[in-house]
Amino acid sequence: MERVPILKIGGLLLVSIQIDLQDQSVLALQEDLAEKISATGAHGVIIDISAVEIVDSFIGRMFATIAGISRLFDADTVVVGMRPAVAITLVELGLTLGGVRTALDLERGMKILGQLGRGRDS
Amino acid sequence: MPPRSEGPEELPITADDDVVRVRQLVRTYAQQTKLSLVDQTKLVTAASELARNTLIYGGGGFARVEEVSDGRRAGVRASFHDEGPGIPDLTLALADGWSSGSGLGLGLSGAKRLVDQFDLDTEVGRGTVVTVTKWKR
Amino acid sequence: MTVDAGRAQNLTDLMRDSAEPLIDEWVGVVAALLRGRSTKTELEADFREFFAALLPVVGSDGKDIGGPEFTDLRAFLEEYSRSRVRAGFTPTETASSVFSLKRVVFDLTESSDDPQMFRQLMAFSGLLDALGLLTFESFARVREEIIREQSEQLLELTTPVVKVWEGVLAVPLVGTLDSARTQVVMEKLLEALVETGSEHAIIDITGVFAVDTQVAQHLLKTVVAARLMGAECIVSGIRPQIAQTIVALGIEFGDIVTKASLADALRHALRREGVDVVRSEIA
Repeated sequence: MERVPILKIGGLLLVSIQIDLQDQSVLALQEDLAEKISATGAHGVIIDISAVEIVDSFIGRMFATIAGISRLFDADTVVVGMRPAVAITLVELGLTLGGVRTALDLERGMKILGQLGRGRDS
Repeated sequence: MPPRSEGPEELPITADDDVVRVRQLVRTYAQQTKLSLVDQTKLVTAASELARNTLIYGGGGFARVEEVSDGRRAGVRASFHDEGPGIPDLTLALADGWSSGSGLGLGLSGAKRLVDQFDLDTEVGRGTVVTVTKWKR
Repeated sequence: MTVDAGRAQNLTDLMRDSAEPLIDEWVGVVAALLRGRSTKTELEADFREFFAALLPVVGSDGKDIGGPEFTDLRAFLEEYSRSRVRAGFTPTETASSVFSLKRVVFDLTESSDDPQMFRQLMAFSGLLDALGLLTFESFARVREEIIREQSEQLLELTTPVVKVWEGVLAVPLVGTLDSARTQVVMEKLLEALVETGSEHAIIDITGVFAVDTQVAQHLLKTVVAARLMGAECIVSGIRPQIAQTIVALGIEFGDIVTKASLADALRHALRREGVDVVRSEIA
């Protein structure tokens, strides 16, 4: 099973999914991420899915789960780079991401997290 | 681009990573039939849901993928076979939000919305065959 | 061009033996029919290929035309019809090319009074009828394909996705929307959001006179899909009748931003982009 690497950039954790996710990898990523947020005290998680060709209900649910875990550690989650075909398919599938924030690309995702972070400090 | 596949091809679904292999095979056929990118994505996503069902609820089985034609259009057909417990209540299984496992209950009903044709053949105690087809627009 | 009666006759052998004069005659008949719009050389090349594919199945009465032994012949007729459609021939002219062979073969066997031969000719006639009809069908199908292609091209031309501001796209929809068209436009819009890195899109339906449930659903799904990608869609220019339809159909527009006009929508998008538009005092 392949594991998805988690990178730490400043106070953010970046997960860039570059592989065809199998269910075990999804579960492993959720565990790894929980460990990493707790260990680093990161205030934000960015999941970059610009290379992901399909998101089915299992993978879709992962986003909501990760957002839920992050929230417990007072961190925000943004999913960035969803492809149009993937978005259309998710809508047809009837899946919502349960209020997970989204952004067009990495840069905008980081900006959103920055704004959210500031809001919390003040 | 992977080599062109001739005729139907079968893959076993007995482990987690088989689901990924089924997705890739369906993608190959969908590209070869020149389905639009959105239709490719819909079909592969449906296949992913159904292959997972075969693995989790059917206790494993196999997938069969082929290029088909109805005389006017080309399409891709994928079927998922298991010899598991079968589905006792179809109406319930096809309803949104119902799940006998740990899923969101979007597997069957969601997959059905993503394809043009959806056939379900099930018998309690004998197993289930789900066949889906996506036609070229 | 007749054959001695009396000799044991098999239509296939007969046609094979007389292939050259038959094709020649056939080309002549069809060339006259088309009045020079197809040269004899072109026709000859096509008919030779047709003849070669036809010979192995002479003897069939055309009832099993879907069978595997007809694969080559069907492929040929499909291709022949396709080239005829593109060249602007009528369906009658195209199918006549097939039917004309009948007369040519009948002429060849005119003097035969062998009942065996008569039966073979009846079957052959049935076969050519079936092939002619197949040509008709292929012709109609190809024409449909062309019409579909053209309407798609037209759609591409008539529904541009335009950038109205940095980060703001607009799609003015005009005319009658059917579900397939809406789907194509919406996919194009979502692609454009990614390509241009725009976070706002305005779908203006001022020029749309009717919306059915499916079209409204596609609009809705596009808005939701855009949101999943991290962008916002604004629907503007909903006509009163369409507003009534939407309400009557019970379609939930939910929390989707709708504005009366394109201008209102643009103002909204600009504000979200952090752009303030103020009229300057002219000194």
